Amino acid sequence: MTLKDIVDRCEALFEDTRFGAVRDWKAAAPGRKAIGYMPIYVPRELIHAAGMLPVGIFGGGDQLEVIQGDAYYQSYICRIPRSTLELGLTGRLDCLDGLLFPSICDVIRNLSGMWQVLFKDKYVKYLDLPQNYDDATGGSFYVREMQALREDLARLAGREISDAALNASIAVYNENRKAIRELYAYRAQKPWQAPTSEVYLVLRAGCVLPPEEHTRLVRAYLAAADAQQRPRRDNARVVLTGSFCEQPPLGLIKSIEIAGCYVVDDDFQLIQSWLLDEVPADGDPLQELSKAFLHRSASTASKYDEKKADKGQFLLRQVKTRGAEGVIFAAPSFCDPALLERPMLQEILARHGIPYTAFKYAENTGQMAPIREQAGTFADSIKLWSAA
Amino acid sequence: MSMSANPSGTTPVRMMPSSAAPKKPAAPVQKEDAMWLQKELVNGNYTELANARQLGKKVSATFVPGNLNELLMCFDFARSLPETNALQNGMRKKSGKMIMDAERDGHSEDVCTYVKADLGMMLQGQVGPTGEALPTPDVLLLSYTGCFTFMKWFELVRQKYDCETVMLHVPYQGEGHVTQSMRDYVVKQLKENVIPTLERVSGVRFDIDRLRQYMRESAKAEEDLVWTLQSAKRKPSPIDGYFGAVYYIGPIFTAFRGTPEATKFYATLRAEIEQRIRDGKGPITPEGEMPEEKYRLVVEGPPNWTSFREFWKMFYDEGAVVVASTYSKVGGVYDFGFRHDPDHPLESLAEYCLGCYTNLNFPQRIDMICKYMDEYQADGLLINSIKSCNSFSAGQLLILREVEKRTGKPAAFIESDLVDPRYFSAANIKNRLESYFQMIKQKRTAAGAH
Ligand code: SF4
Ligand code: SF4
Repeated sequence: MTLKDIVDRCEALFEDTRFGAVRDWKAAAPGRKAIGYMPIYVPRELIHAAGMLPVGIFGGGDQLEVIQGDAYYQSYICRIPRSTLELGLTGRLDCLDGLLFPSICDVIRNLSGMWQVLFKDKYVKYLDLPQNYDDATGGSFYVREMQALREDLARLAGREISDAALNASIAVYNENRKAIRELYAYRAQKPWQAPTSEVYLVLRAGCVLPPEEHTRLVRAYLAAADAQQRPRRDNARVVLTGSFCEQPPLGLIKSIEIAGCYVVDDDFQLIQSWLLDEVPADGDPLQELSKAFLHRSASTASKYDEKKADKGQFLLRQVKTRGAEGVIFAAPSFCDPALLERPMLQEILARHGIPYTAFKYAENTGQMAPIREQAGTFADSIKLWSAA
Repeated sequence: MSMSANPSGTTPVRMMPSSAAPKKPAAPVQKEDAMWLQKELVNGNYTELANARQLGKKVSATFVPGNLNELLMCFDFARSLPETNALQNGMRKKSGKMIMDAERDGHSEDVCTYVKADLGMMLQGQVGPTGEALPTPDVLLLSYTGCFTFMKWFELVRQKYDCETVMLHVPYQGEGHVTQSMRDYVVKQLKENVIPTLERVSGVRFDIDRLRQYMRESAKAEEDLVWTLQSAKRKPSPIDGYFGAVYYIGPIFTAFRGTPEATKFYATLRAEIEQRIRDGKGPITPEGEMPEEKYRLVVEGPPNWTSFREFWKMFYDEGAVVVASTYSKVGGVYDFGFRHDPDHPLESLAEYCLGCYTNLNFPQRIDMICKYMDEYQADGLLINSIKSCNSFSAGQLLILREVEKRTGKPAAFIESDLVDPRYFSAANIKNRLESYFQMIKQKRTAAGAH
């Protein structure tokens, strides 16, 4: 496949609010089931080991017209729950046999109960991720949560989920995470070769494709991107943060790039790189997944920082390891976690002399001119700064 | 969210040491005796906080839902509740500026205003609602019950003041019940993290018998609180279960649960209500007895504090009594039988945290409201949707639809904020309420005609 073929395919998957890829996958063999998950993180290994397809649900984007969903939400609540409801109420999510709601914020938390009321025939689980990182405390609780999920999924699948199957799935996702790490490393090294507007689409494909296929796709993209020489521009290198839940429209990512920024790290699809290194695939699978979550996972506003000194370390590491020159805070409007986290991170960046800028968006933001202007000014100021 | 309100809002607050008996000022505002007692408790607590350093007391801060007041008392902490500070500042019309100061300091206009009122208060030199400077807490007990914003709130405070923070992660009742796993998780955190940290910060050794003793007091007070709130099942209701209940829940939801003073408060309150019932009286309002009960409502969502009296007046002027509210359950749902249990102290603390209203899932919240509609013979449901509070507000329109569907009673929706005066539009709310009362009346007439 050529680079264009790959990107076009990813774009088609991304734009398909009917989840055709999921429907096709299910139709390919009798009895197949698909389980959706909301941001930020769920252990997809459990779904995969049950023989089901994990499907990432990240709202309706800017393609979906939200009519019914708006009737459930006040104007001061972000967009993602209403467009997700729209997807559900218009039958677009009928291909899902269940939906997982990880503990990201009160809005998603409440949506889990709304789903129970509105979609009575579907499996719904609120997955409480631990905010205590001690193995015996938060870890034990999390293992029990995962065990409960495992039993539920086994019931849905009509068969047990063995440790061996779980370990095999961990191995599959290790490979996927490795490919994603390679993708991120490559982009940081040669952002002109792998623009974020493409990388984003490649990541989003991971929401609907089986992980094995997605891993191949990521690698194919990397090979194709490297094979084609693209012009290198004198852009500012930035980390984009705050977009871990409701997603910015693709046009916004493009606008930032057009404005003169190379995004060299981000938090768009945290789930795919949440566990930072390889999870042992030969131990007690739930224990290993738990340890990876507790001790070796990404940081985001929905996750508690145990100590003051921990705050901002993840972002600083992103900046440092990717060689970024600044940070763009891009958060959804009305997003309490991202917007409350922001001043703390900004203070830390200021202390380290790292420039930043901030704006808000909605998944259906149409007007890009102000964002382009702001990102452009920011890129210029970074370049001036580094020239000084 | 939260409690301990002063209905007058504008009544000047006089400072006094907590031991001195307050003298009733000749205020035009009508209050039950228990309300004076409540005010005395609240002000006494602010004085204690203000003098904590001189008294050699360590200071804790914690949130209302899932607060572990009995446990904190075991370590002799002076106890601050930032939500209550924000609320009190809201009632005293001080919160607007605090919020704007916090926004000028870099906080988004989109986020919870309780947080911003608290941070704004710090920017203004930590001067508390009563005019006394509040000390920086020695420990932030982050009871992560029913709201995610709590976590960010204390991380922000910690960032500024470097306070020791201890997290108590209380799992959400996603499936509509408390599991053994959830209980074990909370108890384990209490044993392994919370208690050792409180011991270290306070220098006081944990004594479980002391905890049991406080819990015994809590249970007594809880019994009388429940009796009081349930007295609204009568017709006419002797209390207002929302505006009035704000006073009733004050002590038990904040720094007083477990103290003999709180027990006394609830006994006094109960005796007063008993007397009201004997006299056939309705609720007392800031302007005196409520003459006639015309509408009985259930309310979902917190009140607005910056225009609390004006808001309340829109109800009593029309003869509308709130017979039950979910807000009066944010610091503990006691009316379905839960009591602090001195025989199982830690388990019961866990159970308490897990059971707070905003820790219930949507089907539970809907069931609870429908039950109230039925048991309190309400004419309808009113939702006061709070801009600040995703925990309460996200999804309330579904609650409205479901409750209407299940009970056949009319529901109405209004919007305001807790402590941000910019989001209280009196004219809009009044209009909405008036047409709602009309609707109830019409429904009643139509039903009577059949
Ligand atoms: S965008 Fe923010 S507030 Fe909205 S659901 Fe996601 S995390 Fe919650
Ligand atoms: S979001 Fe709601 S519950 Fe949470 S702190 Fe703000 S007002 Fe309180």
